[in-house]
Amino acid sequence: MPFGLLKYAFSPRYPARPDLRATPDLKPSYDVIIIGGGGHACATAYHLAKVWGITNVCVLEKGYIGGGNTGRNTAVIRSNYITPESVRFYKEAVELYATMSRDLGYNTLFSQRGQLTLAHTDATVRTFTLRAEVGKLLGTGIEMIDPQQIRELVPCLNIDNLRLPVLAGLWHPDGGTGRHDAVAWGYAARATELGVEFHQRTEVTGLKAEGGRIAAIETTRGTVRGGHVIQAVAGMSSVVAKMAGITLPIRTYPLQAMVTQPVKPFLDPLVSSSALHCYVSQTARGELVIGGGSDPYERYSTRSTLELKESLIAHTLELFPFLAEVRLLRQWAGITDMTPDYSPIMGESPVRNYWLDAGWGTWGFKATPVAGKYMAETVAREKVPAMIAPFRLDRFRSFALVNEMGATAASH
Amino acid sequence: MKIMPCPLNGPRNISEFTCFGEVVEMPDPDSLSDEEWADFVWLSNNTAGAVREWWCHGPTNYWFIAERDTVTDEILKTYPAGEVFTTRREFKPREDPGG
Repeated sequence: MPFGLLKYAFSPRYPARPDLRATPDLKPSYDVIIIGGGGHACATAYHLAKVWGITNVCVLEKGYIGGGNTGRNTAVIRSNYITPESVRFYKEAVELYATMSRDLGYNTLFSQRGQLTLAHTDATVRTFTLRAEVGKLLGTGIEMIDPQQIRELVPCLNIDNLRLPVLAGLWHPDGGTGRHDAVAWGYAARATELGVEFHQRTEVTGLKAEGGRIAAIETTRGTVRGGHVIQAVAGMSSVVAKMAGITLPIRTYPLQAMVTQPVKPFLDPLVSSSALHCYVSQTARGELVIGGGSDPYERYSTRSTLELKESLIAHTLELFPFLAEVRLLRQWAGITDMTPDYSPIMGESPVRNYWLDAGWGTWGFKATPVAGKYMAETVAREKVPAMIAPFRLDRFRSFALVNEMGATAASH
Repeated sequence: MKIMPCPLNGPRNISEFTCFGEVVEMPDPDSLSDEEWADFVWLSNNTAGAVREWWCHGPTNYWFIAERDTVTDEILKTYPAGEVFTTRREFKPREDPGG
């Protein structure tokens, strides 16, 4: 066996192929510069090169590719939102995830196991019914199920002795998970082949405006000029936008998550509770990924707090009491850019050649492919496509909010 | 548990407190355009660094101001709101729009 492995490693038939080249020197200018190197930036760069033939693109990342919220989320993919604008958008995201491994030739481990959300009050049952009907109308897989169906779907769930009554469930068979690092790396690898440059460990330190445009970008590795500039920096959205002179309706809160040691597979769907503010899924490796609501006040720190850890564990044990003996493997936090209506901000900014992909809060990973697709179209055609027009920054001035507060991670 | 030094109750667990966001001056709604009012309602400085915030101790319903670093989560200083707001602010009574 060891010899077989060695033979494989040195065989010229299977040469080791690095996905990304070593960071090149910065050129003086690019057609498009993307600030941030997470999944959204990689997906946008890929679509710019692949679909629109714009290959003189540079991605500026202060750390490493996919090292921020892309690698910190709980990898949930779903489209069971409440407004038609959001359902249409996230439905396309789920469809793009379904074919992503084949499209990129890169295994992103998409696993469509379905998502179950428990309703504990009459008000939640009514909201879930609305979400189910909106979803059905727009062609997503979604339905209301009763406690007996929940028992059959998740036999190990503590449904009969739970402190809160389980009145119904929102069953979303389209929901699933993906390998979040692979999504960023898959897009980055294919974008690199098409000529996109990825500059890791290159932090943007300032934006120079000239005549209502961003003329130059100062980085820790030199100054570059770009025809168009896109910012896709998640938790740091407000800080980077401020360099361009833009104040955003965004507040940055940490979102904490944790993972247990691996155990035998027992949990097929993703399970979340609307009132217990927690969601649980089991990975292909057997670990349980546990996520919850945001921290109670604004912070730019990715440290975990004891209070959140305690409440998250307590609520998870209410759903699955037999997990009490299982040890935690890791816990972490990501800093999320929360908007007032829990919907993203995409498209035009007050600065002419500066484009926003921000306000992704706790729902950014699932939108990675669709955000990349439409951000690339926006910049390539200099026109915001109808699909993402509802998420424009200007909606706050006209009070045309896309309210998804009830359908996002914190309370779903 | 993280400790908040409350100007009224002394050091208490932070879970007893609620943060109500940055201390900002409320503009006069009658002298603003709709856009300026929308900006006041929605926009946030979201500063990465030291900020001045409203906090409330729930059990005693005591409101005060805390200076906190949002990057390190260090509470730099807390004091009664009366140290900043020394005069009572009067709002003009609104005319009844009819009916």
